[in-house]
Amino acid sequence: MLHPGAWWLWSLGLGTAATRTTNPLLLALLIATSAYVVATCRSRTPWSRSYSAFLQLALAVLLIRLVFAVALGSPVPGTHVIVTLPELPLPHWAQGIRLGGRVTAESLVFAFYDGLKLATLLICVGAANALANPSRLLKSLPGALYETGVAVVVALTFAPNLIADVQRLRAARRLRGRPDRGVRGLLHVGLPVLEGALERSVALAAAMDARGYGRTAEVPPAVRRTTAALTLGGLLGVCAGTYGLLTAEGGTYGLPLLLAGVAAALAGLRLGGRRSPRTRYRPDRWDARAWLVAGSGAAVAALLTLAAADDPAALHPGVVPLVAPTLPLWPAAAVLLGLLPSFVAPKEPS
Amino acid sequence: MIRFEDVSVTYDGAAEPAVRGVDFEVPEGELVLLVGPSGVGKSTVLGAVSGLVPHFTGGTLRGRVTVAGRDTRTHKPRELADVVGTVGQDPLSHFVTDTVEDELAYGMESLGLPPDVMRRRVEETLDLLGLAGLRDRPIATLSGGQQQRVAIGSVLTPHPKVLVLDEPTSALDPAAAEEVLAVLQRLVHDLGTTVLMAEHRLERVIQYADQVAVLPAAGAAPLLGTPAGMMAVSPVYPPVVDLGRLADWSPLPLTVRDARRRAGDLRERLAAREAPHRTPPAPSPRPTSTPAPSPSRWRIRRTPSTAPTPALPAEIHALSVRRPQVEALRRVTLTITPGETVALMGRNGAGKSTLLNTLVGLVEPSAGTVRTGGLTPHRTPPRDLVRHVGLVPQEPRDLLYADTVAAECTAADQDAQAAPGTCRALLTDLLPGITDDTHPRDLSEGQRLTLALAVVLTARPPLLLLDEPTRGLDYAAKTRLVGVLRRLAAEGHAIVLATHDVELAAELAHRVVLLAEGEVIADGPTADVVVSSPSFAPQVTKILAPQQWLTVAQVREALA
Repeated sequence: MLHPGAWWLWSLGLGTAATRTTNPLLLALLIATSAYVVATCRSRTPWSRSYSAFLQLALAVLLIRLVFAVALGSPVPGTHVIVTLPELPLPHWAQGIRLGGRVTAESLVFAFYDGLKLATLLICVGAANALANPSRLLKSLPGALYETGVAVVVALTFAPNLIADVQRLRAARRLRGRPDRGVRGLLHVGLPVLEGALERSVALAAAMDARGYGRTAEVPPAVRRTTAALTLGGLLGVCAGTYGLLTAEGGTYGLPLLLAGVAAALAGLRLGGRRSPRTRYRPDRWDARAWLVAGSGAAVAALLTLAAADDPAALHPGVVPLVAPTLPLWPAAAVLLGLLPSFVAPKEPS
Repeated sequence: MIRFEDVSVTYDGAAEPAVRGVDFEVPEGELVLLVGPSGVGKSTVLGAVSGLVPHFTGGTLRGRVTVAGRDTRTHKPRELADVVGTVGQDPLSHFVTDTVEDELAYGMESLGLPPDVMRRRVEETLDLLGLAGLRDRPIATLSGGQQQRVAIGSVLTPHPKVLVLDEPTSALDPAAAEEVLAVLQRLVHDLGTTVLMAEHRLERVIQYADQVAVLPAAGAAPLLGTPAGMMAVSPVYPPVVDLGRLADWSPLPLTVRDARRRAGDLRERLAAREAPHRTPPAPSPRPTSTPAPSPSRWRIRRTPSTAPTPALPAEIHALSVRRPQVEALRRVTLTITPGETVALMGRNGAGKSTLLNTLVGLVEPSAGTVRTGGLTPHRTPPRDLVRHVGLVPQEPRDLLYADTVAAECTAADQDAQAAPGTCRALLTDLLPGITDDTHPRDLSEGQRLTLALAVVLTARPPLLLLDEPTRGLDYAAKTRLVGVLRRLAAEGHAIVLATHDVELAAELAHRVVLLAEGEVIADGPTADVVVSSPSFAPQVTKILAPQQWLTVAQVREALA
């Protein structure tokens, strides 16, 4: 089992790389890379099926971006008019908004590049979801945050359960002789679905309570007070430090204050972990493979950032005037580094 | 180990205590069974042991409950987690993580056990419960019996001294129930765990109990005693005890084995009477408009003399249903005639529910044809379909949307385009005493089932389908349901029940269809199918074999 954090770092690396370019060829290459790794490395578990859901979501995002570009126009000046839609005259106070009008090839291509960038980012997140169960990440949280983490994960499973309930109850409408499709059907089952979900949550809460969720260990009052002081002081330090960094005159004290704040908050968390007697069962180990997987993602991100600074024209093909994008050679080779996990990650025996 | 001292529990807003005068002690290493009709407070008594009552549910607990010397008044449920393990009715609402191994470790992690101890206990528990092959499996992909075993395993790993179980076998098929009970017995015998368990299906569990606590009625004090002694006075009892009471055996037998040893005499007396060999179970006492189908012709009977419509209630031909992972049904062929009651039986996941859902058009067949009353269900508008087929789903609550019984009945009349008051009249007829202003959620399981049944029957469908109708019903509610269904069958309704309850099938069904992995593996008169199967034979059949009696009612009638 590879450390789930390694998969998240890898896919976030690919995602970061995607934000550095609008070249559709490079973006397609990034998508292909992540898809290949998912196809070879994912295990046969329910959450590994989420990849196709993310693919659909990415496609929807791309389409919506294009529809907006067509319907609302685009600030990109263009000369290649494809079609002229009837324009809706708007009152003067809505100046700057346009409905309908000319649709140019330039604006469409621009919207396509932009949408594809976002879609690639989504697909990379989807890859992380498919490869590493998000709830396994919990095991790596500091002890003081674990219980909150469990609550968050349980809340996340609420949504799939809710969808299953809606489907079941809409089907049950058919048994009453009512149409099982349409918006009215959905509204009608709303209340029973929420009631059912609430009941299940209460049952789960009871079960968790009876299984020792939220047990605390006795800690000396001095430790408790120190924890509170460190956490509060640390958070204040972080706030003040951030303010200092962002304002013009706070350049000198900003960074040290921020660092001190972060350190104090971390120490507070660590001390707070003493209140929780939890132990970990078979924690995921961060081994050489995890370093390689995470490193390959980071390398892709770093190299594309470098390439974007080095040769911005190749990574952002122009739309005015329209030119065919070309594949820049060494950034493309850098993207292929992201394939490394498919060779080093342990495979499931099939 | 568990000690109740004059305990009474009153929930907030309730005028009367839910339980009162509970005063008994469960010694260490015993399996104590808590029995009683539904609604007498069994779950409240169980909840008081783990501290969930009153810490989690609210209400007032008077008296004192101590578990392994700890007073639940001063210890919250989480502080009792190392001595009490609790498994509720629905294992799915018990799971916190998503794989088997993590779930087994979760409780120990909360208690802060060292990693090497956790590792060892997880391996031991995997072996003890026979889960080793499933250790990496996501819990959502397991069968009902496997999930129940994981739920029990997950509370076993912290090595609790006490195990509290609320209806651990009611959702399971007979084989899976045996699996779970075998594990419990091993825990009690080998590890000295104390078990307190509530269960409606006494025929499955009574032989494992060391003592039985009977809650005779709501608010009445429980009685504790030996199983045989308590069964003599209990308002709920399994068929084996019923037969023992009928034959005046003393002490009462609790297992099929005990009863068989005593039954030589009874078998002789019955041999002279007409054995119900190859005939359907006792027909309804009322004169039937449609004669019960004769067993030799059930498959070819196409035109019953008095049937109102020429089309059969259901005709299924070479039906297959494919799901992404599995083939749910494979080339199933089945015909159902008016007035016939058919029991669909088989393991959890054998395709029973899928078959019922196909008949009401919730599932589209991948191949083959389905006709209900001459219509293709998934292409028929729901409004027309309800007049040909009605399904009471596994969770009757899914059918109910309104916030009072009266509103539900009015809506049902509108849905079925029936005369106003039809549904309410049906409901009163089926089960008197349900008031108009009750919220459907506040009804007992049996009442809710009856309300759903009345809603479905408002449209007068010639074919009535019930999915697992006896889950959570006590014997009294079950007897009422049997009476209602017999009457409907006598009026000419065809009834199909998907059930794990062999006793119910023996009481009601003319015909049993066994499913395994989506295929029909047996189809014939009830007596023929269940007698030959060790797991699907009812207790009376096992006791009086080789004679073919199915129910105590048959024996009682023959002796009268």
